[in-house]
Amino acid sequence: MTTELPAAPEYAEPVVDWHRLDVRMLVVRPLNELLGLVPLFVGLLVLGKGETWRILVSAGVIAAIVLFGLLRWITTRYRITAEQVELHTGLLVRKRLAVPRDRIRTVDLTAKLGHRLFGLSAIRVGTGQRDQPGEDGLTLDAVSSAEAERLRVLLLTTAKAATTAVAAQERTGTELSKWDNRWLRYAPLTLSGLVAAGALFGFVANFARELDIEVLDPMTEAAHWVARQPLGLTVAVFAGVVLLVATLGSALVYVVQFHGYRLTREPDDTVRVRRGLLTTRSVSVAEQRLRGVELVEPLLLRAGRGAHAKTVTTGLGRKGESNLLLPPAPVTEAHRVSAEVLRQDRSPTLTPLRRHPVAALRRRMVRAVVPPLVLAAVLAWFAPDWTWQVVLALVPFAALLGWDRYRSLGHALTERHLIARAGSAIRETVALQRTGIIGWRVSRSFFQRRAGLVTITATTAAGDGAYHVVDVAEADGLALADEAVPDLLRPFLELAD
Amino acid sequence: MDGVSNEVLRLRAPRHQVSRKSITLWTLHALIGWAVLLVPQLVALVFAASPWQVAAAVATLVLGTAHTLVMPRWRYRVHRWEATPDAVYTLAGWLNQEWRIAPVSRIQTVDTKRGPLQQLLGLSTVTVTTASAAGPVLIEGLEHGDAVRLADELTTTTQATPGDAT
Repeated sequence: MTTELPAAPEYAEPVVDWHRLDVRMLVVRPLNELLGLVPLFVGLLVLGKGETWRILVSAGVIAAIVLFGLLRWITTRYRITAEQVELHTGLLVRKRLAVPRDRIRTVDLTAKLGHRLFGLSAIRVGTGQRDQPGEDGLTLDAVSSAEAERLRVLLLTTAKAATTAVAAQERTGTELSKWDNRWLRYAPLTLSGLVAAGALFGFVANFARELDIEVLDPMTEAAHWVARQPLGLTVAVFAGVVLLVATLGSALVYVVQFHGYRLTREPDDTVRVRRGLLTTRSVSVAEQRLRGVELVEPLLLRAGRGAHAKTVTTGLGRKGESNLLLPPAPVTEAHRVSAEVLRQDRSPTLTPLRRHPVAALRRRMVRAVVPPLVLAAVLAWFAPDWTWQVVLALVPFAALLGWDRYRSLGHALTERHLIARAGSAIRETVALQRTGIIGWRVSRSFFQRRAGLVTITATTAAGDGAYHVVDVAEADGLALADEAVPDLLRPFLELAD
Repeated sequence: MDGVSNEVLRLRAPRHQVSRKSITLWTLHALIGWAVLLVPQLVALVFAASPWQVAAAVATLVLGTAHTLVMPRWRYRVHRWEATPDAVYTLAGWLNQEWRIAPVSRIQTVDTKRGPLQQLLGLSTVTVTTASAAGPVLIEGLEHGDAVRLADELTTTTQATPGDAT
């Protein structure tokens, strides 16, 4: 245990002794896992006719989970020294993880329902090291929420003398954005409701079949009844039901994921996103590691003038959208948040973009229209007539999509950021810090060469690792890359004859 | 752009060509790949020869021969590399080509690697990784001695550069 310092309760003294995870985890972990296994137990016990083997299997599973949790708690220790965070874990396979503290980029606190009941939080420390894919940073699952909050501040405060003074200040931070009930109207535009409803239906149907419950029969009867009604009515009712379910479902998903959303800038120069109704998350990103912002506008959301935003940063896990900056919200809010987070007066994402050459439009059109035409031709050979007619009728829509894809293409350069935009079904606008670019790729396919186009890719340690400026005129693209990172490309450029 | 007109800007070719033995290497790679496709078809032909199967086998053979003859020579004319004190610069590909530039100050590791065929031919690949998840800069088909020398050189300059390369 740390030496007790009665004064300075806010001062975060580095922990040097070994600590165990919170003992309450002995209850919480089995609880969390059991919650996920409830359907299985219901299936095994309730539904079965009480055969002994079902009971034995259930008891065995529970015992194994509890034993596993106990072993894990006994074998897991962590400590935080002045230089690094160390974690020892595992009984048969001992794992020793050490993360240098100056490499820590992000701290992610997650509290599932089970954790919250007992006042616990899991901490994931992200470093941006990509040597071992699959390694998801260093995770402490779990410590008490108070300890988690203390560690968050401690871990993100670099061991410099100057910053300890900052850490001693009050920890409120400035609020950049927060949950607004009106944002709920963007929920139906995310299609998450449809996906959720589909998954739920699949799950229930599957489960019902497992349990031999007659859910499908009444539904088949209902289907027969529906089939007897006039076609127009059937379609209208079906569409109505789907719309209703999707709307309610997506609103529910939205609330569960994003309720209590708060975006703050903490006094220790981290940007922090808090959200979640049942499972709460708090993701903190060291501001000096923030390499930019990405604005995402799926087609429907864009039609409703909405967008969501992601951070471009090193050291965030891929799981569970930890890079979320703003949930689906008005696009104006997305721009405002981007500007705030990047500390710019005007969001770089609002910069007028340079269009790409007409040759890029030709490429988009060929890609959009040729596949359905080929499909139609093939279907005309093998399949009934109506199939190729349907496919042919879709061609104009494909062409529209191609046109929109071309209209999305664009790039620009501001004083500090490179901006690139592409995509139609999911339009993504990235504002990437120019100092965060750690290399270039210039690729030219056979067809691009004939069209005089190239795709310029900026590689970076953050986010996706590579951001593309698609189908830009060769000279324009090279000039852009040359200007964005001075002196890197210059020695390799020449004037054509 | 100080005085340089955009209309005529292009990337120049990196200074050095790869080893001529790379042609043999790429030819062997292509042969193995096409053999994997063709041999099962020929075996199947022995048991039952429908016209479709014969046509497929002939098409594989023709495509394979063309690819094996053309691709390695085309690649040899394209593949080039260069290492300056500031950056590593490569060009690779044949139908689709890609230039890659990695500044020395952002290099994390430099490795040399040789597969069995490369060992047979005395060739090596130099892999230069940066902190990006988008993959390393590769210089394939260097004479083993050159590769080791280049890797040593890059390692020395990289170590002399401060910072954590992100």
